[in-house]
Amino acid sequence: MESLDLMGIKDISPDALIFWHWQWVKINATIVFTWITMFLLTLGAWLATRRLQSGRELSRWQNFLEVVVQTMRSQIRDIAHGDPAPFLPFVGSLFLFIALSNLLTIIPGWVPPTGSLSTTAALALCVLVGVPVYGIQSRGVKNYLGLYVKPSFIMLPMNILGELSRTLALAVRLFGNIMSGTKIAAILLAITPIIFPVVMQALGLLTGMIQAYIFAVLAMVYIASAVRIQKQYEQKAQEEALAKGDDNG
Amino acid sequence: MDNLGLIGMISVATAGITIGIGSIGPALGEGRAVAQALAAMAQQPDEANTITRTLFVGLAMVESTAIYCFVVSMILLFANPFWDYVVQKAGS
Repeated sequence: MESLDLMGIKDISPDALIFWHWQWVKINATIVFTWITMFLLTLGAWLATRRLQSGRELSRWQNFLEVVVQTMRSQIRDIAHGDPAPFLPFVGSLFLFIALSNLLTIIPGWVPPTGSLSTTAALALCVLVGVPVYGIQSRGVKNYLGLYVKPSFIMLPMNILGELSRTLALAVRLFGNIMSGTKIAAILLAITPIIFPVVMQALGLLTGMIQAYIFAVLAMVYIASAVRIQKQYEQKAQEEALAKGDDNG
Repeated sequence: MDNLGLIGMISVATAGITIGIGSIGPALGEGRAVAQALAAMAQQPDEANTITRTLFVGLAMVESTAIYCFVVSMILLFANPFWDYVVQKAGS
């Protein structure tokens, strides 16, 4: 069993596992397994979309990818109450990357890159940057920054703190869940190596998928909250204008 | 008792207390959330999709406090900075 597990029972993060280093450049397990995940995603997408068909007969992989993309689109549409197209590349890639890296834990010896705080912190930082980008795109710099002083100027530090703390929560939640899965498997392997690790591993697969879903949904909720309120205000303003027009007319 | 033994003892005890107490609150909260969601779904089966999604997101939020406790206790057990410091000092 030990030969299969790259990480010992004492290692809490795959960052400490260094495969190769030259001066200050270090290639650790997190980087290598992130590369493998990226490679698999790219390869899979390329193979599946190489020969796209639009007839009645679809290839299996195209069918599968269509189901995945369609589901993501409908979920995003439900949350954003609008066209999912601008959000799909960002939120969809987050989901696919986390889901694949968690799913591959069924392969013995796989170290999920999401079980390292560096990866999850990087993903959470992407969301931290992505929210203002989408917000500014949809409502302009001034309007977006105005969000921070709503409902009043006193709330400015609270709003900024909230933004930072939810990023921290996003990173630590994913890290804690995946790390606990691998850790419990490692501990159980040392205590009862026959059946129980398999059960916990299956549970870990479920948690991994749920966490990927939650990460993507939360990212989408944050983006939607930066984008959407604008629409509500616009609607309200429009309705008011209409009402005024009615009064005048 | 020497420093190393003291640090080890306190770390293990604190890790146990952390995860023990830290999981009570989220467990109660999650139980309540699931019960409410089931009641809501029984009343409005058509809204089951929305309720389930909101439930999952809410559970993840509630759960995160327990996860913080878990991370802290894991750090105390497996990556304890104080332990490492004392060991390093004793080694040099």
